[in-house]
Amino acid sequence: MRLWGTGVGCNAGKAVWVDRVTAEKPTVARVFWAFFRAGIAGFGGVLPMARHELVVRQGWLTAAEFSDLFALCQFLPGANVANLSVIYGARVAGVAGAVAGIVGLTAAPVAAVLGLAVLYGRYGALPPVRHLVAGLSDGAAGLILATALRIAWPLRASAWGVVVAAAVCLAVGVLRLPFLACVAVFAPVSVALAWRGAA
Amino acid sequence: MRALASLALIFGGISLVAIGGANTAVPAMQLAVVDQDHFMSAAEFTRLFALAQAAPGPNLLVVTLCGWWVAGVAGALVATLAFLLPACCLAYAAGRVWTRFRDARWRRVVQDGLVPVSAGLMLAAAAVIVGGAVTGWRGLVVAGVVLAASLGVKRHPLWWLAGSAVAGLAGFY
Repeated sequence: MRLWGTGVGCNAGKAVWVDRVTAEKPTVARVFWAFFRAGIAGFGGVLPMARHELVVRQGWLTAAEFSDLFALCQFLPGANVANLSVIYGARVAGVAGAVAGIVGLTAAPVAAVLGLAVLYGRYGALPPVRHLVAGLSDGAAGLILATALRIAWPLRASAWGVVVAAAVCLAVGVLRLPFLACVAVFAPVSVALAWRGAA
Repeated sequence: MRALASLALIFGGISLVAIGGANTAVPAMQLAVVDQDHFMSAAEFTRLFALAQAAPGPNLLVVTLCGWWVAGVAGALVATLAFLLPACCLAYAAGRVWTRFRDARWRRVVQDGLVPVSAGLMLAAAAVIVGGAVTGWRGLVVAGVVLAASLGVKRHPLWWLAGSAVAGLAGFY
């Protein structure tokens, strides 16, 4: 149970101080602004910011409720945080809430990246900019490799998990086989293996 | 008009197979816009991916930039909407029945089963981006340093991106 307007949130029985007291119930407009703030504050992943907004700043969800919501979003295809904004918004105010969540989350970042794109389109051919963007690309490559390794590392405990991940990486990343076909083949196989392991 | 239609088809189709987040669909995006439709080179795709990382917001901004490259602002909006709509509709529907299947055993099994697939897709995405970015020993050094730093030191990723941009600039002078 939680109360809007208290300075203390309840997290698995432990009192946790929050950095802002809110007495506001979620509405369509407030859902919009909460995801708007999460969107513009999040670089390289908005999820921690969305959690901060919903759990800490607004106190609309407990930590456990957020984890449950996030489990659903990971289960679904597409951008996790976009799904989260839709599902939470829908819980608050149906379709209007869902639209408020996703538009709030994406509008400012899309505008910002388009601004960046226009600058890049205008000045991208200048030698210093070209070098800067080349360096940025190398850095982004290093970062996504680090993210991929961090995601793959816990799999090492299961032999079939390693085999499936390696096969998917080979088929999609190296052999460049058609993506849809690869997912259509590997996803059921992997789920069947998980089913066997769980039985 | 044809470009907008093909953007909608490409990203609408990819939307529902991005298992485990938008970045798992990077190999599919690259295959579609580079190898199949020849909208851009592999190096250009990687530069757009890097620009998207340098902007605030969710991971899907690379979709916005691909659309922009192909057909300007209209292309950006069409690609972004096409990528969001199917997955968001599914999320909307799933959110309503979630409590009914949250504790089901098949849900746990399907989720566990998809983890290696999404890990494999992320590794493939990394392979595609590294392949498009890193040319020559300088790029290899920058990517390697960022990789090691990101795995070894807990810092905001934006620091590593800024560092690599400066390193790229320094290589010019």
